[in-house]
Amino acid sequence: MKGLNIVVCVKVVPKNSEIRIDPETNGVDRRGVDSIINPPDKNAVEAAVRLKELYGGKVTLLSMAPPGLDDFFHQMMAMGADEFVLLSDRAFALADSYPTVHTLAAGIRKIGKVDLVLAGVESADGGTGNVPPGLGEALEFTQATYAEEIDYNSEEKRFIIHRMNGSGHEVISIPSPSVVSIELGVNSPRFPDFRRKLDLDENYKMTVWSNKDLELPEDKRGLSGSFTTVEEFVEAKKRERKHERIEGTPEEIADKLADLILENMN
Amino acid sequence: MGKDKKAKGIWVFIEQFEHAALDISWELLGKSRELADKAGEKLIALVMGDNVEHIAQEAVHRGADEVFLVEDELLEHYKCENYTYAAYKVIKKNKPNQLIMGATPNGRDIAGRLAVKLKTGLTADVVSLDTTKDGIMLGQVPGFGGSVLAVIKCEVARPQMATVRPGIFEAIPIDKKRKGKIHKIDADLDKKYETTKLIKLQKVEGVDISKAKRLVAGGRGLGGDVSALKELAELLDADIGVTRPLCDDGLFPRDHQVGSTGVTVKPEITINFGISGAAHYTAGINKSNTIISINNDPNAIIFEYSDYEVIGDVNKIMPLLIEKLKAKLMKEVKQ
Ligand SMILES: Cc1cc2nc3c(=O)[nH]c(=O)nc-3n(C[C@H](O)[C@H](O)[C@H](O)COP(=O)(O)OP(=O)(O)OC[C@H]3O[C@@H](n4cnc5c(N)ncnc54)[C@H](O)[C@@H]3O)c2cc1C
Repeated sequence: MKGLNIVVCVKVVPKNSEIRIDPETNGVDRRGVDSIINPPDKNAVEAAVRLKELYGGKVTLLSMAPPGLDDFFHQMMAMGADEFVLLSDRAFALADSYPTVHTLAAGIRKIGKVDLVLAGVESADGGTGNVPPGLGEALEFTQATYAEEIDYNSEEKRFIIHRMNGSGHEVISIPSPSVVSIELGVNSPRFPDFRRKLDLDENYKMTVWSNKDLELPEDKRGLSGSFTTVEEFVEAKKRERKHERIEGTPEEIADKLADLILENMN
Repeated sequence: MGKDKKAKGIWVFIEQFEHAALDISWELLGKSRELADKAGEKLIALVMGDNVEHIAQEAVHRGADEVFLVEDELLEHYKCENYTYAAYKVIKKNKPNQLIMGATPNGRDIAGRLAVKLKTGLTADVVSLDTTKDGIMLGQVPGFGGSVLAVIKCEVARPQMATVRPGIFEAIPIDKKRKGKIHKIDADLDKKYETTKLIKLQKVEGVDISKAKRLVAGGRGLGGDVSALKELAELLDADIGVTRPLCDDGLFPRDHQVGSTGVTVKPEITINFGISGAAHYTAGINKSNTIISINNDPNAIIFEYSDYEVIGDVNKIMPLLIEKLKAKLMKEVKQ
């Protein structure tokens, strides 16, 4: 293929502020909770579409998810992606990061001849950030995580990555094919093209692969392939707070605040 | 690696940058000392780099019973293929029961890769860590932006891996009388297999707000003008924390960001100006002793996390507060 064959791993997550613990089951109560596109995934799609605009090629979005989320998937496609591949099967459900990595890797291998795998840096729902580097291992690709910028050198067939490593800022180059995770907020994701979205809603039929297509053994998919188990959920402890309201004119408030701050300084 | 009854020891990966260990490494070693004693395990530090023997020595002084020291030119800078290869070799041979790493960019980069290579479970971004007496690791992980904590374990595979957020645990002070064995390991690395090229590296002299005694924190309610926040910080000798959008907008570097993808703080006092109180943010300030919040929305969630609440406009209150504080501080000096 001419240009870059890019796969972006994407996910739809529950809006986190609405999650509560169900006191009866001690499980996470997702009822009535809205979903959103995992925020850094939009940055990853934006990065992919920009690379395609510069160097040509194709952007395929890949998600492991239950059915029924096409609206979100079409929104992401309408940012400029070409295809969508959904990995969907009960056999994939309740996966922790290890089987998720192997399921996505199987999807990427089946797509074939991939130059670059992009993903958001982590998912907003219990995000681990384990998946992008895990994919690097499973696919035997080089990896770069926490990327803030990505460019491509078509002569050397290498990607140039800017990333923060926690102590400094580094610029590295890694060969094609690679896995790169894109940090949240590093670019401005474009708005979905409204007409493209409508067209996709009406006419697009995405590729759906089940485990019949991927043929993953039990130890590489879903619950059976997971190593970690959730022992229990606990509500994050909120410390008891005084909840004293400070009132008055702005002058009076500022005066009381100043006293309070100075009292609490030592 | 599968379940292995012979797997022994609590291992801590000592992350270093330019020959200096990161604070998180010593925090992990401090906490793991306690866990190792509880589970009756040895505490082992894994030190990788080039010319880092002094770090191995310090690991002993800070609580490690033994150190595996892997030195090689190719480990000078973090490159995932070299680090993964070297770590995998040592781990495969010596079979740790638990392996704990920092949830830093590079710590998470190598942990995610190693876990798949070792075929084991990885609990990421732990905020609280415990072990059973027979060595089962219990990691608490914030889910859904911090409103829920999941207690996670990995019973079936070894090593049990976890990455831990910086700023949560305390390091043990250096005790030069402590003794421990340092095993030097040959990494057997070959330049031929190196795929990452380092083009440029710039050390960022960051601030560490995780140890702040006082924090003045600003959010989008400041309307992009952070001058009053800076003035207050100077006046109170406080550190500055901000919500994520202010970093995204380039108003402050990342190391000022408080929250689930930023820093966890535990100061005596935190003052929030124009911050809504998203779970991502409050996860980072929960350990503050006293919290004061100023927001013009009476229903702002931040008030649920506050000892003192002001419903008001930061643009009006901050300049007045600065004035009052200056006057009161002057008076103190004169007395
Ligand atoms: C994966 C992920 C990770 C994230 N990690 C973090 C993180 O680590 N830390 C973090 O902070 N955020 C994080 N966020 C973002 C987080 O969800 C919130 O969007 C963010 O904390 C909101 O910042 P804010 O309170 O400054 O802005 P807003 O939510 O916009 O709130 C501004 C507040 O200011 C008040 N206000 C406006 N004008 C005035 C005025 N004149 N006077 C007084 N008050 C005023 C408003 O009432 C409002 O409550 C993350 C998001 C995602 C998706």
